[in-house]
Amino acid sequence: MKTTNVMIVGVGGQGSLLASKLLGKLLVCEGYDVKVSEVHGMSQRGGSVVTYVRFGEKVYSPIICEGEADFIVSFEKIEAARYSKFLADDGRIIVNTQRIDPMPVITGAAQYPETVLDELSGKGVKVDEVDALALAQEAGSVKSVNIVLMGKLAKYFDIPEKKWFDAIKSTVKPKFIDVNVKAFKLGYEG
Amino acid sequence: MKKLMIGNEAVARGLYEAGCEIVSSYPGTPSTEITEYAAGYEDMYCEWAPNEKVAAEVAFGASLRGKRSACAMKHVGLNVAADPLFTLSYTGVTGGMVVCVADDPSMHSSQNEQDSRHYAIAAKVPMLEPADSAECLEFSKQAFELSEKFDTPVLLRMCTRIAHSQSLVETGERKQVEVKDYVKNSQKYIMVPAFAKQKHPVVEKRMEELTRFAESCGFNRVEMGDTKLGIITSGTCYQYVKEVFGDSVSVLKLGLINPLPVKLIEDFAQKVDRLVVIEELDDVIETHCKKIGLQVEGKSLFSKIGEFSQHIIAEAFGITRNCAIGCDEAIPMRPPVMCAGCPHRGMFYVLSKNKITVLGDIGCYTLGSQMPLNALDSTLCMGASVSGIHGFNKAGGQECEENTVCVIGDSTFIHSGITGLVNIAYNASNSTVIILDNSITGMTGHQQNPTTGYNLKGDPASKIDLETLCRAIGIKRVTVVDPYNLQECEKVIKEELATKEPSVIISRRPCVLLRHVKPKPALAVNRDKCKSCKRCMGIGCPAISMKDKKAHIDVTLCVGCEVCQQLCPFDAIERGVEN
Repeated sequence: MKTTNVMIVGVGGQGSLLASKLLGKLLVCEGYDVKVSEVHGMSQRGGSVVTYVRFGEKVYSPIICEGEADFIVSFEKIEAARYSKFLADDGRIIVNTQRIDPMPVITGAAQYPETVLDELSGKGVKVDEVDALALAQEAGSVKSVNIVLMGKLAKYFDIPEKKWFDAIKSTVKPKFIDVNVKAFKLGYEG
Repeated sequence: MKKLMIGNEAVARGLYEAGCEIVSSYPGTPSTEITEYAAGYEDMYCEWAPNEKVAAEVAFGASLRGKRSACAMKHVGLNVAADPLFTLSYTGVTGGMVVCVADDPSMHSSQNEQDSRHYAIAAKVPMLEPADSAECLEFSKQAFELSEKFDTPVLLRMCTRIAHSQSLVETGERKQVEVKDYVKNSQKYIMVPAFAKQKHPVVEKRMEELTRFAESCGFNRVEMGDTKLGIITSGTCYQYVKEVFGDSVSVLKLGLINPLPVKLIEDFAQKVDRLVVIEELDDVIETHCKKIGLQVEGKSLFSKIGEFSQHIIAEAFGITRNCAIGCDEAIPMRPPVMCAGCPHRGMFYVLSKNKITVLGDIGCYTLGSQMPLNALDSTLCMGASVSGIHGFNKAGGQECEENTVCVIGDSTFIHSGITGLVNIAYNASNSTVIILDNSITGMTGHQQNPTTGYNLKGDPASKIDLETLCRAIGIKRVTVVDPYNLQECEKVIKEELATKEPSVIISRRPCVLLRHVKPKPALAVNRDKCKSCKRCMGIGCPAISMKDKKAHIDVTLCVGCEVCQQLCPFDAIERGVEN
């Protein structure tokens, strides 16, 4: 069985760590060997962050290299483009269309490349765009962007919805379960 | 049932299952979570020490009293703890003692890329290196057995990809370890020359015994495959090798990486046509192989710089990789930044505006070096700002003294800034020290420290009064400022630079990410008043950007700190909704 590679990328502070924890727990319950590589420390402070989730029968390396990712789940538009070289030939990008300006754009040293997703689509890359921020707001918390995106990813996994809900319940604090279940559903349907 | 754990959590579990009773550490990425997870076990006493030297000595004391003990630190922390380590090698232990050290190849969150294996060699102590979380648990447990069997502290070497990668772990029960009685033993524990001379031959003999142990111990294993290629490797590199080759090549996986076996390696070398060592950072295993007369490749194929990956290894063997598609357009960098409302920002703005030379230190405030603030002139190691400014001013004289400050965080000041300040007072340089007191150890993810009033468990603890401490050291001029108040900061800095004696400015405002810090309502730009002068952009706040040629504040990020408001010459930044 081939190992499946999921990259979760975004901006430090957006909640990608929680998304990878959720995914990891779910996949272990499904009986897979799983490795998740997290990012801590300096890059968490508003920097570009990347988390690797790998699962299959036997997983060795905790990291994903260029050309290997079956899925890139991006919490921000240009972060999807930044890591697009990691995508496998038949890979898919799931991207939150939210724009977060990096410091070189804020200071005027660089331009925000608005059309990057079109460029990728133009090359035949499978790109699912989702306004996860709007859906998260609809679910009741802007912080549930991560779970909206997990909902979107779930469409491509053959795992029953209930298992996802169980994983959400065991990952988030009790008072946030309802919001996150709603966010998951909105992402799945959106 | 098997559970996913990051390596650091698994080490903590291993300490627990081994019956370890005392853990003392100083936080440092990527080692911090070992102690945080350890603190979750009621049966282990865990603490944040002021620095790694203290932590290692606390662990020594606990071992001396007969209990199993541990400490954890990042690679550069071991520099600080090196002094006790080298002589602990001579004294040995009573209760087992484990020193966990986490290297950071590729410097994800560090100031250098040093290879901790050199310490194991130099201090003549055994070092274990796990390759996944299951081994993190197992090795940290067995490290205590090794420690007690060979009467030595044991180093457990982690790296970022092991420390922060989750993989499956099977947990066990906590071992009940008998606490050894304390018996005074001068010759073992008093390292005066007479006794140390007796001890050094013991250390050398121990290394010989450990080398014999390494030949057949369970930490090292041979996985024979095809014999055309034989790879010697350890830690995370083992995983990359298996990812590329599976079971198709022969692998000698080393778990005990100091001392290295001789016969085991010779036998392995004999069985294979081509011998390659794959190790991140320095050529430690390769040098050992060459020393015992083997023909081996290593750093002729691989770099001494940065982390490896399955691709790096595949490429070195000419294995073609997937052709990557992707975006051709240049994507702007996204470096880490100080958070919106970070209390360090106002202080750095004032320093930068006045073109003051700033000797920096290690912490979140190292980010003050980035554009647009560009406020730092140096960053070396923990505490070096305070000692460094004294040397800088002694060398440069009055001209430097009037235009130079150093900045150091509260936790870093306690770690190793105090002694530098003692030197400033004692050897009288007219230096201006700014303590950026944000009431927490920030960069490593909010650990308590002796200035916060809370301990590792979050219980109330003794709190150092920084003002009193500085005065007791002999600094007469100690001023507290609020870094949100730019005018006040500027006035005090100018006064203290002009004065003819050493001074300390405490820039005090808690980190905005602390749970008890309640943000104020977000500010907004009055677009009619905004003249697009971009003055507010000069503080590098991630909440402020230009939108349709006017300044714009992101309400989801702004915490209402009002620093930008003080910069606007047109009073265009207001509390309320953007028009």
